[in-house]
Amino acid sequence: MWKEDVKPVLKEMRYSLHMIRQSPLTMIGIGIFLGIILVAIFAPYIAPYDPNEINPPALLQPPSQQHFFGTDEAGRDIFSRIVYGSRISLKAGFTITIIAMIVGSIIGIISAYVGGVLDSILMRIADIFLSFPWIVMAMAITAVLGRGITNTVIALSIVWWPIYARLIRSQALSIREMPYIEAIKALGASRLRRIFIHIFPNCMAPVLVQASLDVGGAIMWCAALSFIGLGAQPPAPEWGAMITIGSHYLRESWWYATFPGIMILVVVLGFNLLGDGLRDILDPNLRR
Amino acid sequence: MHIWQYILKRIVSIIPVLIGVTMLTFFLSHIIPGDPITLALGPTATKEQKAAFHKKMGMDKPLIIQYGIYLNQVLHGDLGVSLRTKGAVLEDLLAYFPATLELTIGAMIVCIFFGIYLGTISAVKKDKPVDHAVRVFSLIGVSMPIFWLGFMLLILFYGIFPILPGGGRLSSFVARPTPITGLYLLDSLLTGNWVAFKDSLWHIILPTFTLGFCYIALISRMTRSSMLEVLHQNYIRTAKTKGLSEKGVIRYHALRNSLIPVVTAGGILFAQLMSGTILTEITFSWPGIGLYAQQSIMYLDYNAIMGFVIVVALIYAVVNLVIDILYLIIDPRIKLH
Repeated sequence: MWKEDVKPVLKEMRYSLHMIRQSPLTMIGIGIFLGIILVAIFAPYIAPYDPNEINPPALLQPPSQQHFFGTDEAGRDIFSRIVYGSRISLKAGFTITIIAMIVGSIIGIISAYVGGVLDSILMRIADIFLSFPWIVMAMAITAVLGRGITNTVIALSIVWWPIYARLIRSQALSIREMPYIEAIKALGASRLRRIFIHIFPNCMAPVLVQASLDVGGAIMWCAALSFIGLGAQPPAPEWGAMITIGSHYLRESWWYATFPGIMILVVVLGFNLLGDGLRDILDPNLRR
Repeated sequence: MHIWQYILKRIVSIIPVLIGVTMLTFFLSHIIPGDPITLALGPTATKEQKAAFHKKMGMDKPLIIQYGIYLNQVLHGDLGVSLRTKGAVLEDLLAYFPATLELTIGAMIVCIFFGIYLGTISAVKKDKPVDHAVRVFSLIGVSMPIFWLGFMLLILFYGIFPILPGGGRLSSFVARPTPITGLYLLDSLLTGNWVAFKDSLWHIILPTFTLGFCYIALISRMTRSSMLEVLHQNYIRTAKTKGLSEKGVIRYHALRNSLIPVVTAGGILFAQLMSGTILTEITFSWPGIGLYAQQSIMYLDYNAIMGFVIVVALIYAVVNLVIDILYLIIDPRIKLH
């Protein structure tokens, strides 16, 4: 009996895998995504040096056999610092996205379901956030809370949730009018049951796509705030902060600012490819 | 609804946004753990001096009253005094603003021109090598940290091949052109000051290109997808069957219609451009309001930070208004409501 139930699910999954295999860019995205997670988990095994180990005789050495990406102004190995930095960036990127997703989803669902005055107040607030260059807002909030990576994460989460609130609200409003919701209502399902068992899960596809794009965006903006001087503070091996210090040695030590930036580029590109791929796979109009 | 009524309605709708923004930043900046008074007066200031300063800045009143006072001042064009520069914030911002404007206009010209061009080519040659190249290029552009791109260009054109200057708006040995608009390129052109013109042109090349590059990607992506949609329309087929050349169809029938969504997205684009401008200004020590804001933040200069936020919000609201009106002019099919 259960086999009959599982069959269509398995068929759908097999079809998704087939679609992934058809798209080389999605494959690259998934590869980068898995790769960077492995690098972050196994950082101590991959990095040849301690990221904060100072080695005065080897200041600002160009890339070589011993130091793949060269050394910085204190003789620290840049490759090891970049490997450890992936932990900071990934943690920040995922935390911001997950907080924004949870807060935004709750507000979006409430807004769609309660409606009325509460809906217009919540959406007005969301509009204020959306109708504003968010880096300016994030700069102001981080400046208030004080410098540091934790406060950067808080600031970016505060400015990020409205995207999800808007997304979930519009999804929920359109799903609410579907015939199957009416059917379940006729069967006597309670309001909460309708919202959380029947509507919410069906809102998730665009949210997942948005989230996979946003992890990359969050990593990029964290690096940007660190670059401004608000995020991670040196000597933390954060990529944006490394670029800032590296920029003081641009003319003589090109490798210092170059490699952390390449790392950001690759990781953000990976998440963008993943998001684009997911969108194609999850879009029912493109399936068959 | 008449177009003027629509514009009036849009202007009125800006007000709650501005109130929200000022309230948020004001209350935020008054729970700051830092000590701006010591920063402003220096560590040697006595207790009495500090208390007097406290009172002079109105910091002894309840927050809501401080906000009321502040809002009243803002409405009269007074953004307070900067703790750092000791000058009026509005004057500071006005002094720094032309640099930002010059950079943004330059970048917009670069990204609109190249973005629309590349997006159109990409759509017309769909799935050909050119299309793939443009798409990979825009994906990389979207994923690149703008400040890093700036540094890479500096390594290349300032470090390895010392052709272009390493930052700022003018070389130290060149006198500023007589200020008319505050835009050095325009001012030097108007006054016929060729030395300053050439020097400021050299200085603006890298920042403009850096800022423009990341947004070329965005515009070309948008143009591509909307152009693809337009090319499937019946009127395009009609134009083709009339015997119009491929170029003619694109130029006279497709391009204009495919630009509508691009213009609509112009508001979002502009907001992102503002974010990019701040980072670019810091990268190239370009003396615009972004650099001013960064320096103010490092100094915990609330008045300057709030002034900056309000000015950005205002610019942003006005630009969005202009875009909405442009939208009406380009596409008469839009109904006002």
